[in-house]
Amino acid sequence: MTEMVVPSGGMPWLTLILILPLLGSVVLLLAHESMSRQIALTVSLLTFIVSLPLWFLFDNGQAGMQFVEKHLWIDSPAIHYALGVDGISMPLVLLTTFLTPLCILVSWTAIQSRLKEFFISLLVMETATIGVFGALDFVLFYIFWETMLIPMYLLIGVWGGPNRVYAAIKFFLYTLTGSILLLVAIMVLFFEGGRTFDILTLTQASYDPGLQSLLFWAFFAAFAVKVPMFPFHTWLPDAHVQAPTAGSVILASVLLKLGTYGFLRFSLPMLPDASVTFTPIIMTLSVIAIIYGAYMALAQSDIKKLIAYSSVSHMGFVTLGIFAWNAQGIEGAVLQMVNHGITTGALFMCVGIIYERTHSREIGDNGGLAKAMPKYATFLVIFALSSVGLPGMNSFVGEFLVLVGVFAWDKLTATLAALGIILAAVYILYLIQRIVYGPASPKMLPKLTDLNAREFGMLVPLVVLVFWIGLYPKPLLDVMHASVERVVATHSASIVVQQDGDSSDNVLVMSEVLPPTVNVFEAEVAP
Amino acid sequence: MTLPLADLVTILPELLIVGMACLILVLDPITPSGKKDFLAWMSLGILGVCALITMTDFGETVVAFGGLVVVDSYAAFWKMLLYLVSGLTILLSMSYLKEEKIELAEYYAFVLLALAGMMVMVSGTDLLTIYLGIELMSITLYIMAGLKRSEARSIEASAKYFVLGAFSSGILLYGISLLFGVTGSTRLSEISAVVNGPASEDPLMLLALMLIIVGFGFKVAAVPFHMWTPDVYEGAPTSVTAFMAVASKAASFAAFLRVLLEAFGGVKPNWNVLILALCVVTIALGNLVAIVQTNVKRMLAYSSIAHAGYALIGIVVAGWVGIDPDVSSRGISSLMLYLAIYSFMTLGAFAMVAILRKGGLEGENIEDFTGLAKRHKGGAFLMLVFMISLAGIPPTAGFIGKFYILMAAVNAELAWLAIFALIFAAISAFYYLRIVMVMYMRDPSPEQEKNTRLTLSPQVSVVLACAIAGVVLLGVFPGPLVSLTDLSVLSISPVR
Repeated sequence: MTEMVVPSGGMPWLTLILILPLLGSVVLLLAHESMSRQIALTVSLLTFIVSLPLWFLFDNGQAGMQFVEKHLWIDSPAIHYALGVDGISMPLVLLTTFLTPLCILVSWTAIQSRLKEFFISLLVMETATIGVFGALDFVLFYIFWETMLIPMYLLIGVWGGPNRVYAAIKFFLYTLTGSILLLVAIMVLFFEGGRTFDILTLTQASYDPGLQSLLFWAFFAAFAVKVPMFPFHTWLPDAHVQAPTAGSVILASVLLKLGTYGFLRFSLPMLPDASVTFTPIIMTLSVIAIIYGAYMALAQSDIKKLIAYSSVSHMGFVTLGIFAWNAQGIEGAVLQMVNHGITTGALFMCVGIIYERTHSREIGDNGGLAKAMPKYATFLVIFALSSVGLPGMNSFVGEFLVLVGVFAWDKLTATLAALGIILAAVYILYLIQRIVYGPASPKMLPKLTDLNAREFGMLVPLVVLVFWIGLYPKPLLDVMHASVERVVATHSASIVVQQDGDSSDNVLVMSEVLPPTVNVFEAEVAP
Repeated sequence: MTLPLADLVTILPELLIVGMACLILVLDPITPSGKKDFLAWMSLGILGVCALITMTDFGETVVAFGGLVVVDSYAAFWKMLLYLVSGLTILLSMSYLKEEKIELAEYYAFVLLALAGMMVMVSGTDLLTIYLGIELMSITLYIMAGLKRSEARSIEASAKYFVLGAFSSGILLYGISLLFGVTGSTRLSEISAVVNGPASEDPLMLLALMLIIVGFGFKVAAVPFHMWTPDVYEGAPTSVTAFMAVASKAASFAAFLRVLLEAFGGVKPNWNVLILALCVVTIALGNLVAIVQTNVKRMLAYSSIAHAGYALIGIVVAGWVGIDPDVSSRGISSLMLYLAIYSFMTLGAFAMVAILRKGGLEGENIEDFTGLAKRHKGGAFLMLVFMISLAGIPPTAGFIGKFYILMAAVNAELAWLAIFALIFAAISAFYYLRIVMVMYMRDPSPEQEKNTRLTLSPQVSVVLACAIAGVVLLGVFPGPLVSLTDLSVLSISPVR
C-alpha cells in the first residue's frame, strides 16, 4: 500500500465524496430515529458541496483522468483502489451528488416508517453510484456496480407500492443476471490485456476481433439491462411504478446512466472493432426503444408508468448518440444523460408530490391542477416541456446534438429517431392537457394544496438547470469536449480500417460541413 | 516398537485435543450440573494453545511417523481454520444447548474428538491415516447428530447419517484396498510413484480412483452423493449442523485435494473430467433444489451443497492439464480461500437460526423470519449480510471467494464454467433474498410481535461478531488471507 499518486489540488476529493455518505450512514445508525431526516440532508448537502471542487478545479483542456488517486488494494492479482474522473464522468458524479439531497427532501414527509434504514439505503446508494462513475479499476468498478443492487432492492421492496416485492426481485435478478457476463469479461480482459485490472491500461491494449465480439456482447448484457435497451426494459416500468419517489428519481436519473456510461467507457474504447461491427444492431435497438417507448407511454393511464416508458424512449437517444461515433453524437449523448437525469428526476418528483396529496397516480384522478395548484402546475409544465425538447430548454440541446451526430451516420436512422421527438410531444402534451387543464375530480379537490416551501425549494434548482443548460450549454460541453474527442479518436481508426472508402468519406464530409459543436450553439444562443 | 519423541512433538496439537476430550469425559460426572460451562471454557483454552503451536508450523514441512503424517503450511492453514470453527461452534453451543435442554458435557468432548479426526485428515499423507481421521470425525458426528434424543427427527438424522456414512466409508476403504493391491502401498508418495509409472493405465487403479472419489464425494456432499445432507442438517441440533456444514466439509475438501494431487497428480486426465462433472451437477442441483425449500436449515443444507460445487471448481482447476503450474496452484489457493470465507458466512447464518430458536420460536421455517427487521433490527441486518455474502454479492467476502475461484477457472481457460457458476449464483440470489424479503418486506404477525425479545448471550454475540467481522473485513480487505492461502499452497504443489 505504498504506491501513491497525489491528486490534483492536493486533496483526495473523490475519496471524500465517496466516504462522506458512508460516514453519514454510520452516524444515522447511531443517531436517534427522529433526527434521521436532518442528518441525511446535512450529509448529502455536505457531499454536494465537497463535490463542487470537481467542477471548479477541472481542467477542460485535458482529455485524460483528473483527480486521480491510486493505492494498491489487493496484491495478487493486483487490484487497485483507483479513482479518477474525466469530462464524461465528472458531470455524472455531480449529477448524483446534486440529486441525492433532492431525493432526501422529496422523502421528507412521504416516508414515515423506518426512516433510518431508508436514508442509510439512499446514502449507500450514493456512494456506490459515485464509485461506479469514478472507478479506474475494473474490479472496483464491478464491486460498486453490484453493491448498488442491495440498497436499491431494499428501497423498492420495503418502501414501495403494493406490488413492491415482485418489482424489487425482478429488478434485482434482471440486473444481477445481466452482470454475470460482465464479471467473466472482466476476468478474461485481465488475462488478455496484460494481467491488470487498470481500466486505462486495458483500454490501450488491443484485442483480437473474435474476442472483441464476445466481450462486446458480454458487456452488452450488463449495460443494456441497466440502460435499459429494448428488449431488456421490462423490469423498468415495474420498478418505477412500485418504487418510492426517491427510489424512482435515483433509478431514472442515476442508475440508468450507468449502462450508457458503461458503453461509453468500456465498449467503445476497449472494443472499437466489435463496436463498429455491431453498431447497426445497437442503432436499430435504440430506434426501436425510442419509438416503442413513446408508443407505450402514450397508452399509459398511470403517470409514473408513462414517465417510465418515456425514459426508455429518451435513453434510446443516448445509446443512439453514443454509437453514432462522432463528437456531436457522443457529446449530445453525455449531455442527454445529464438532461434526462434532471428532467425525468424532476418529473418523478412532481408525481411524488401529487401522489402524497391524492394517493393516486392515475391520470383520471388528478385533473385540473392548474386551478388548484397553480405553482405546482407551472413547474410541471416547465419540466414536461423540457422533456419534449422545447428549444431553450436542456433536452433540446442534447437531442439536437444526438440527431446531428446520427444524421452523419445514417439519415434514415436520424429521421426515425426524430419521429420519437414528435411522439414525445404527443404523449407529454396529452398528459399535461389531462392533468393540468382537465376537469378536477371533486373527490380529490380538497386534498389539492399547492406547493409548500420545501417542495418549492427542491424544484427551483432543477428549473434553473433546465434553463441554464438549455440556453448556455457551453460550460458543460467544454468540460466534456476533450474527453469525447479522445473517445472519437480511438474509433476513427477502426472506422477507416473496417468500412469501405465510401462511408469513411461520408464521415469526413460531415465533419467538414459541421463546425465544431460548441460553436453551433454559441452562435445560435448568443443574444 | 518405540515412538520417537520428535514424532510425538509434531502431533502435539492432536494429542492435546484428544487428551482434553478424555479429561472432559472424566470431569463430567464430578462437575455439578449448571457448571458445565467450565468444561466448554477449558476446551476453548486448549484450542487457543493448539492454535499457538500450529502457528509455528507455517513455512516448514516435517514428515513424521515414516510418512504417515506431515506438518506443513497446507495442514497448518486448515488446522487454524478448524480451530476457529470449532471454537465458534463451542461458543454457539453453550447457550443453544441450554435452550434445547441437551446440556451434556460430552458434547464438548465430541467436538474436540471430531476436531482431532479432522486434524488427522488434513495432515495425513497415508490413505489409512486419512481414513482413520475420517472415521474418528464421522463416528463422533453420527452421535452428535442424534444428541436431541427427545426428538424423532434428530434420531432419524443420526441413523441416516450413520448408515449412509458407513456405506461411503466402506466404498472409500474398498478403493484404498484395491489401490493397495495395485501399488503395494498406502503412502501417497509411494502410490504416486507407481501410478505415474507402471500402473498409469491399470483398470484396477482407475476403479480404485473412482471409488475414492465417490467416498470423498459423500463426505463433501457433492451431487449425486448428497442425499444424506438435507435430512441430517435439518434433524441435527443447529449448532451441530453448523459444525458439520463448515468444519467437516473443510476437512474433507482438504484431504480430498491432498489425495488427488499427491497420489494421482500424475494422472490428472483420469480424474479431472469426473470432478468437473461432479462440480457442474452439484452447482446446478444444489441451487435449484434450494429454491423450493421452506425450512431454513434444509435451504442452507442445499446451499452448502451448492457451495461445495463452487469449491470443486478449485479442484477442477488444480487438476486441469495443459496449464501452467502456477495456474494449478491458483486453483488450490482459491479453494482454500473459498472454504475459509464460506465458513464465516455459513456459521453466521446457522448462528442466526440458532438464536431465533432462543427467541422462543421454532426458528427453522423461513416464515419465522417474517418481519424480523421490525422486531430485531440488528439481527435482521446480520442475516441480510450473511445472505448477501452467500449469494456472492459485493462488498462481502462471499464475492471475494467467488471472484478468486472463478478467476482461477478463467485462467485455466474454463470461462464457460465461470459463466455457468455465475448463472447459478444469480439463481441462488433468489432464495437467499427470499429470507431478506420476509425479514424486511413483510410485517410480523401479532404473535410474532410478542416474541420480539431475541436475547443474545455474550457467547453468541461473540460468534456473530466474529462471523460478521469475517464476512465484512474479508470482503473489503481480503489481502492478508489471500497471501496466506498463496503461502500455504506451496508445499502441496502437484507432482509434475
